[in-house]
Amino acid sequence: MAKAVTVYSTPTCPFCIRAKQYLKENNIQFTDHNVGADEAKAQEMIKKSDQMGVPVIDIDGIIVVGFDKEKIKEALGL
Amino acid sequence: MPYDLIIIGAGPAGITAAVYAARKKMNFLVITRDIGGQAAWSGDIENYTGYQFVTGPELVSKFEEHMRKYRIDSKEGEDVLDVEKSGDAIVVRTNRSRYEAKTVIIASGKFSRELGVPGEKEFKNKGLTYCATCDGPLFAGKDVAVIGGGNSALDAALQLVRIARKVYIINNTPRLGGDAVMKEKVETSANVTVLNDSRVTAITGSKMVGGVTVSRNGREESIAVEGIFVEIGLVPNSGFAKTVERNANGEIKISARNETNIPGIFAAGDVTDVPEKQIIIAAGEGSKAVLSAFKYISQQL
Repeated sequence: MAKAVTVYSTPTCPFCIRAKQYLKENNIQFTDHNVGADEAKAQEMIKKSDQMGVPVIDIDGIIVVGFDKEKIKEALGL
Repeated sequence: MPYDLIIIGAGPAGITAAVYAARKKMNFLVITRDIGGQAAWSGDIENYTGYQFVTGPELVSKFEEHMRKYRIDSKEGEDVLDVEKSGDAIVVRTNRSRYEAKTVIIASGKFSRELGVPGEKEFKNKGLTYCATCDGPLFAGKDVAVIGGGNSALDAALQLVRIARKVYIINNTPRLGGDAVMKEKVETSANVTVLNDSRVTAITGSKMVGGVTVSRNGREESIAVEGIFVEIGLVPNSGFAKTVERNANGEIKISARNETNIPGIFAAGDVTDVPEKQIIIAAGEGSKAVLSAFKYISQQL
């Protein structure tokens, strides 16, 4: 079963771009929320990660803050 | 068997060094916290030859693609704690392991300078950030403060005036520095308040940032803000190179051949005292450092 992956990002953040690129390269489907434009999703991100830095990646409930390749790999089981 | 070479860092200098080392068929290792360094944070780049316009992340993925064309042994997300000469070998200790090489190139770049005030660590990423480009959009309609008075502070402020309700610029000198054009734009923005001669003494809040305490005209005042953007410059990431000679700014002193004071240890890019910090200069320095290291090894035989 594919894991549910949600990315909380801003369009201008370089590490958000790199993180999404990394997911795409590994053929991982994900939902992307622009937290700069979507206040409700921004609150959701803050609630989940207890902080305000982007990107935040939710991989089946495992919360990864920042473009932390090792943690992402581990959570995805790559 | 020790490596021929260990490259510390994978920004423009480290990645270029890796490409050159691979083409020299050296037995080498790259140890780095991240890929791209400061270039990954850059917005628009219009002065890297061959690219009339490219963004930081795009250029970095081009760099990375070029490096990965060769089979490269790399340790990502690893922090170097210590580099030391021990007999003929150079020992690199990290938070995970210990490595030995005949030569080392330090290309660890720079990182954002911290304020060093109470509350800074506690509220990092909880309203306090060092990347306006990344986190700015989260502060739509809120009151925020930019700390600093140079170009990077002005750049952050100009990004934020379009997003935030009110932007305070807290600058510890008598007037703003930076480019005249940017200064004028900032000073004529309706929602900007510039506080000169003002020093931040604390960051306050409960769960997230709620305010900043500023000392000005001999008294302290609190300003209610939900976001704080620290833009007070960069410091070289050279703390781990304890035995390598550095200048007063912490930059590693190098010769025109990228040699440090310790034979076998070379350095390249923004972590060094090379005049001018540019992506293209860092890349050039990275290639020079490898050629010097290669020559050094051949002369040791």
